[in-house]
Amino acid sequence: MKTFNRVFTVIVFIFLYIPMIVLAVASFNAGRDIAVWKGFTFGQYGALFRDGVLLPLLLNSVIIAVISSLAATVLGTMAALGIRAMSPRMRRVTMAVTNIPMTNPEIVTGVSLALLFAFLGQVMKINNVMGFATLLIAHITFNLPYVILSVMPKLGQMDPNLRDAAMDLGCTPLQAFFKVIIHEIMPGIISGALMAFTMSLDDFVISYFVYGPGFVTLPVEIYNYTKKPLQPKIYALFTLLFMVILLMMVLMNLLQAKDEKRLRRARGVFGEKEEAKT
Amino acid sequence: MKSRSLATPYLIWMLIFTVVPLGIVVWFAFTDSVTGAFTLGNLARMGTYLPIFVKSLWLAVISSVICLAVGYPVAYYIAGTSPSRQRFFYMLVMLPMCMSFLLRTLAWVSLLEDTGIINNFIRSLGLQPLPLIRNDGAVVLGMVYNYLPYMIMPLYTVLIKMDDKLIEAAEDLGCTPTQVFARVTLPLSVPGIISGLTMVFVPAVSTFYISQKMGSSGTTLIGDVIESQFKAAYNPNLGAALSLVLMAMVLLCVAVMNRFSDGEEVATI
Amino acid sequence: MSKELIRLVDCTMAFDGETVLDSINLNIKDKEFLTLLGPSGCGKTTTLRIIGGFLKPSSGDVLFDGVRINDIPPYKRQVNTVFQKYALFPHLDVYDNVAFGLRAQKVPEKEIEARVTEMLSVVSLKGFDRRQVTSLSGGQQQRVAIARALVNRPKVLLLDEPLGALDLRLRKDMQQELKRIQKQMEITFIYVTHDQEEALAMSDTVVVMNEGLIQQIGTPEDIYNEPTNAFVADFIGESNILDGIMREDYVVETFGRRFRCLDKGFAKDEPVDVVVRPEDIDIVPVNEGMLTGTVTSITFKGMQYDVIVDFKGFKWLIQTTDSPVVGDRIGIKIDPDGFHIMPRSKYSGLYGDYSSFSEEYEELSDAEYIPEDEEGALPGGDV
Repeated sequence: MKTFNRVFTVIVFIFLYIPMIVLAVASFNAGRDIAVWKGFTFGQYGALFRDGVLLPLLLNSVIIAVISSLAATVLGTMAALGIRAMSPRMRRVTMAVTNIPMTNPEIVTGVSLALLFAFLGQVMKINNVMGFATLLIAHITFNLPYVILSVMPKLGQMDPNLRDAAMDLGCTPLQAFFKVIIHEIMPGIISGALMAFTMSLDDFVISYFVYGPGFVTLPVEIYNYTKKPLQPKIYALFTLLFMVILLMMVLMNLLQAKDEKRLRRARGVFGEKEEAKT
Repeated sequence: MKSRSLATPYLIWMLIFTVVPLGIVVWFAFTDSVTGAFTLGNLARMGTYLPIFVKSLWLAVISSVICLAVGYPVAYYIAGTSPSRQRFFYMLVMLPMCMSFLLRTLAWVSLLEDTGIINNFIRSLGLQPLPLIRNDGAVVLGMVYNYLPYMIMPLYTVLIKMDDKLIEAAEDLGCTPTQVFARVTLPLSVPGIISGLTMVFVPAVSTFYISQKMGSSGTTLIGDVIESQFKAAYNPNLGAALSLVLMAMVLLCVAVMNRFSDGEEVATI
Repeated sequence: MSKELIRLVDCTMAFDGETVLDSINLNIKDKEFLTLLGPSGCGKTTTLRIIGGFLKPSSGDVLFDGVRINDIPPYKRQVNTVFQKYALFPHLDVYDNVAFGLRAQKVPEKEIEARVTEMLSVVSLKGFDRRQVTSLSGGQQQRVAIARALVNRPKVLLLDEPLGALDLRLRKDMQQELKRIQKQMEITFIYVTHDQEEALAMSDTVVVMNEGLIQQIGTPEDIYNEPTNAFVADFIGESNILDGIMREDYVVETFGRRFRCLDKGFAKDEPVDVVVRPEDIDIVPVNEGMLTGTVTSITFKGMQYDVIVDFKGFKWLIQTTDSPVVGDRIGIKIDPDGFHIMPRSKYSGLYGDYSSFSEEYEELSDAEYIPEDEEGALPGGDV
């Protein structure tokens, strides 16, 4: 049974990665058609760097991702702290609202935001309301739950007396946060921020409904592209992005490993009755 | 300064950008696109879309079930390996989710097309090309492919949190490995199953891209219709009505499934 | 005579409609070691947190040196706390943990170094400066927590069941060490525990609490020898508590027999509770006994035997070095100073019978019984 599971898992992973392989291979293909191999070349990578269209789009995506994930991290961390101090009833309501963007189909989120912006546009007499601002707002909105759901468990794992101890020793609540609490929840903050960044970078559906012609992100443009034949430069871009994200994941992985080791050590010392040592 | 008030900016944000928009959707759904008056007409037209709703539901259910069947053994295996390997596998599962879902789907198109990689290979063997795309099966494949990680992760989370001692207790009381799985592991993993099914079902039932690229004209899904109402036909009222029904459908399914779990929030992140 | 340092006046604390502290009045003197003692949920930790500033009483006043401090937050009080699970900052090493409070008060680094080093010596952790706190044993972490609190030279140190997680022998050593530190530094210690042996061993004054009320305040000897009601008598040490009637001064009647005792001042024929400690009962031959009963169980405890004897349906505990056999009929003899008389209270009749040692045991087979929640860490109020 165990071998079946292992073999099956390997097959599934291959299945998951087939497209990556196909696209990576295609990025080195001298021909345009993915299905027809015309020889190995770095040409597409070269063309990519000389390209004046794709890279600015990538930059747009990165800008939105960075700003929205930072904003979501700050707002979301504050929210997580506030939620902890809420009455159980308030907390339940808040968590229900937090879960809405996550359980709602993306298309509904996108459509609802589009209608909101259209409505606001009418009210404020703005034409062509969709643009950078609407895109940013949308991204922050769907990033927030990820940050909150990432930070809250860390807050829960933290010794609840740490804040009291800091205040007991002379810190105001604000000082207590920056000197003590933030260190404890930092892994949650970072993983929340990274998750938000990644979700933002790749977002298509929601962005598709709230973007404006003045500021387009890469995924949206790729969708518009794919109504015409696809440029091979995109495969090169994809492969590069793949490498970058792989790197980021490895980083996150190492961070988690360090965090887990520290937790395990701490729990081991707290959890049991001690032998009369020193 | 009360700690509670730290969450206030967030609450205001969510109110304006999550709750209010949904209210606007409801408002549009009940409003006539031309006159702006209150109308049930948009909802009445839902009847004509019934086959599409059914098809979306059906394909989403099939995809969810396949994801469960495929994902469970994988999650089980990963949960049984050493912690460092677990992190590695977890990363491998998450990685595709972070990559452009459009491009990955397009890669499948180029694999499955009549002039695609697989069929080129088949033709080179002298055989007839297979109709691997432009049908329901391809759409299901696309859904399973894209949403499989969303099934694996909650399952994995639940499985690693399971207390080994429970398994030992079952063995101690005389259960064979199969019985241990059926009577202890499987029932205790139900919250993860529900979570995974939800996380696959919701995007599957509402997708429009996968059906556009890998389906035929017979596989127009509800997501396609909504998209076209907003981008092509520009009838936001009808689109809103469709969205409303879609949301209701999703909420209903999620509520039904939650009856089977004890209400625990499985942190899947 | 040392002066009064802290005074709680009619302090009441209510959470969600439940009264956790019921109009508590308490004086705490300078330089004394005072222990709040009681079972889970009695309100002792709540009282401590009110003194520390983490909770505001629903009503009543907290006075420090005569000044009302209800509204003063913890970081402005001259009080420091040693928390139950130490609450050391995991991201800082030992030195930085101990220096934390001094840095918050902007003490110059040179002075910090001197005081931290001195403090680590006092708690016998010399040389541990740069160790990571997560790598220390429980006893070591304990001492860092104490050092971290004391280095700030507070007027009062609050200790919330600090020794609970330690091994028995280490706990006994730490009890002595805490007592020594308290005497040496001449600081008021307010100590919370549910372990009555610990309270008796360390304190100058013991405050016994139950259900949000102070049951008795006194020295350890007073509390032990002269409990004021059945709850205190039962909570401290083992007691047989019997229904009795004071016939006249120095004479109490119980179990149908009159006994000489040392208490007086009760009304004639007043119903009372009679406390007899198990160690004050001698086993004698049946014909010499003041009362006779049947042995129902005998347990060897090393230092003595615990003998349960049935007297007319009521089970007594006798601690003795004699070893009768189960089923024996024995006689008992009690000297006048073995009786302690207390007025009746709402706790009369609830304790003192040794059919079982614990309340939970009796309720175990009761399908209707719902166990009470344990007194956990109460939610920190916003300051």
